[in-house]
Amino acid sequence: MDTHFSDIIPSIESVQVGLGSTGYIPSRQISTALFLAMRLGKPILAEGPAGVGKTELAKAAAEFLGLPLVRMQCYDGLDESKALYEWKYGKQLLYTQILKEKVSAVLSKDDTMESALNRLHEFDDIFFSERFLEPRPLLKALQEPKGAVLLIDEIDKADEEFEAFLLEILSDHQVTIPEIGTISAIVKPVVILTSNNTRDLGDAMKRRCLHLHIGYPDAKLEEQIIDSRIPGIDASLRRQLVSFVQQLRGLDLRKLPSVSETIDWARAILLLNASRLDSAVVQDTLNLLLKFEGDMTMGGKAVPEMVHKALRDGGIEA
Amino acid sequence: MTAMLLDLLRAARGAGVRISVAESIDAFRSAEVVGYTDRQTLKDTLSLTLGKSIEDKKLFEDTFDLYFQREMVSSGEAEAPASPRQPSADGEADGLAPLSSMLLDNDQAGLAAAMEGAAQAIGASNIALFTQTNMFAWRILEQMGLPELDRDIAHLRGDGADEATAERLEQMRAALGQQARAYMERQLTLFSAGTTREIREGALRNVRLSQLDRRDMDRMRALVRDMAKQIATRYSRKRWQDRRGHLDIRRTMRRNMSFDSIPFHTVWKRSRIDRPSIMVLCDVSGSVAAVARFLLMFLYSLADVLAGIRSFAYSNHLIEVSDILARREIDDAIEEVMKIVGFGSSDYGRCLADFSEIAMRNVNRQTTVIILGDARGNRNEPRIDIMKQIFERANRVIWLNPEPQSLWGTGDSDILRYEPFCHQVTPCGTLVQLERVISEMMQQAQ
Repeated sequence: MDTHFSDIIPSIESVQVGLGSTGYIPSRQISTALFLAMRLGKPILAEGPAGVGKTELAKAAAEFLGLPLVRMQCYDGLDESKALYEWKYGKQLLYTQILKEKVSAVLSKDDTMESALNRLHEFDDIFFSERFLEPRPLLKALQEPKGAVLLIDEIDKADEEFEAFLLEILSDHQVTIPEIGTISAIVKPVVILTSNNTRDLGDAMKRRCLHLHIGYPDAKLEEQIIDSRIPGIDASLRRQLVSFVQQLRGLDLRKLPSVSETIDWARAILLLNASRLDSAVVQDTLNLLLKFEGDMTMGGKAVPEMVHKALRDGGIEA
Repeated sequence: MTAMLLDLLRAARGAGVRISVAESIDAFRSAEVVGYTDRQTLKDTLSLTLGKSIEDKKLFEDTFDLYFQREMVSSGEAEAPASPRQPSADGEADGLAPLSSMLLDNDQAGLAAAMEGAAQAIGASNIALFTQTNMFAWRILEQMGLPELDRDIAHLRGDGADEATAERLEQMRAALGQQARAYMERQLTLFSAGTTREIREGALRNVRLSQLDRRDMDRMRALVRDMAKQIATRYSRKRWQDRRGHLDIRRTMRRNMSFDSIPFHTVWKRSRIDRPSIMVLCDVSGSVAAVARFLLMFLYSLADVLAGIRSFAYSNHLIEVSDILARREIDDAIEEVMKIVGFGSSDYGRCLADFSEIAMRNVNRQTTVIILGDARGNRNEPRIDIMKQIFERANRVIWLNPEPQSLWGTGDSDILRYEPFCHQVTPCGTLVQLERVISEMMQQAQ
């Protein structure tokens, strides 16, 4: 158990409150996951559709815990030299050039090949020390003196080889650099991986993680989220917006509107100075919620009916 | 608590959630952190550690709810502490056994706890078959003190002292028996699901596809999906192959920067090995009606997990169905395909001609062509020439015939005439055979 965190977060409720204070309204499951992740030192694997707040969770966690956020975006072809560390080749070369004279001065005292070589050996680690190491996100997260929140975004986009390579970091919080040795985390970072499920992750990876599925929020939670993101929005309008989006999610759409889209849409409605929903306003702004031609046609047809119900949910007789 | 959690894990395994030993350990550790007091928190916690996919989570959460669905044991009559009976202190004084006094006092919680304890003592969670329900229920009652209860009843009757109480106890005894049976039935659904399913699925894998029961279709579908997925993950990995002889100058320089660009390490150009492109022709004619749906189901699952499959369905003519399979849900897709081409009488010659028109130009050295069908062409011209052309162009041609080998070449079967122009002709009557053939095929394609 990580005693380091137990003062900041004595309970699941404190996580909920803490995340809430940053403007991120978590479901009970999400707070439980973060609580467990910190207590057990296990990474969280957050899966779910795009735009439900997987990445936001990491940002909110970092803000709440007062830790730096180290973010690594995954993509096809990502490898160690981009994720972990790289030698600063240029600097190494430059230094050898500058130190050339110094080296010959040092070596001039030796008259045999053998003693010169031995002397050289005494110095050879200089150029492969941490001074010439360029830390990439993973190493950076391990080296943060107070710990960090490490966000590995869209892990499903990376190759399987990279996934395997991550295992050492995820379970032991250390990396091995051949020239230097093993570097362990100063303070274990809180690791959050996100995946859009474009491919199945390996069992070994899943086994090491707490598997958190973030789905679309229910109406109540979504209202809270809107409220925290757009303070001061009229309660009835808020209820209408959420009711409409929730109904929209019930349709057979190619891409369902996510929370972030609800927020964008709510902002747009506010900008248009609408005090209540009506079919015309909704039709005009529907492209903020739906991103495909086919979805627009299908959603458009159902608008009047859904607006009607949304108004009723918002306590307004249509 | 340990026993409870272990039981729960076993039940979840039975329901089909894959839980390794390491995961159980994780479950214990996390349960310790959050404590056992709040059930919802415990459920969330275990679901986080144990469920590794959305389906797994759903399965686990259902099991969890079932497991903790502790119906209160109610003794016969619904109304609370019955009539003028004195409190239990007097009951003891009457010399009644604990079980009898609990029943008379209608002590629900006590009875529930006693049943729970008895079930634990006799190992009720070991139940595996539904035929064992009664036996286990009887053992629970015995453990709870049924013999003493019977003695009490006999005693009350015998003395003639309290006929009414004896009557009431008798009724409650029957009610208790029913509760014990209900309890065991719940245990059965919890703990035996795994065993029964394993037996059933094992049998399904080997049953002839043409003799599949309608009620097994659902289970079969899951099985087929799993299988297709397994095959796909096994073979869909991209592979790199060194192209020896071509130096990758950019990468070599980079690799050797630390040596002042003196190439100590050489890096060779590599090329990706593409996945084989697969074309599947699936027979849906009347002669294979029994297996057609199944073959389509398999095709659907395969297309679902392996990118770049082109699928065709045929009976008296042939159409490409890749689009239908990709767009529709499995049942709708099968229905639609069957509606368009299903149940016709086969004409292999015409179908091959159709295929040649639609897709022949895409058949090349990387293509594997799989034909699922019985090759019974109703004495139409088999168009061996087109088959030969496919054979010459494609990397591999594989014919999977749902008929047993002994029937090949009988009647209107043209399979023996097609055989020379296939790299492989195999009977595939059961799921196991199908799996083996596809797996072999994928291996050779690499």
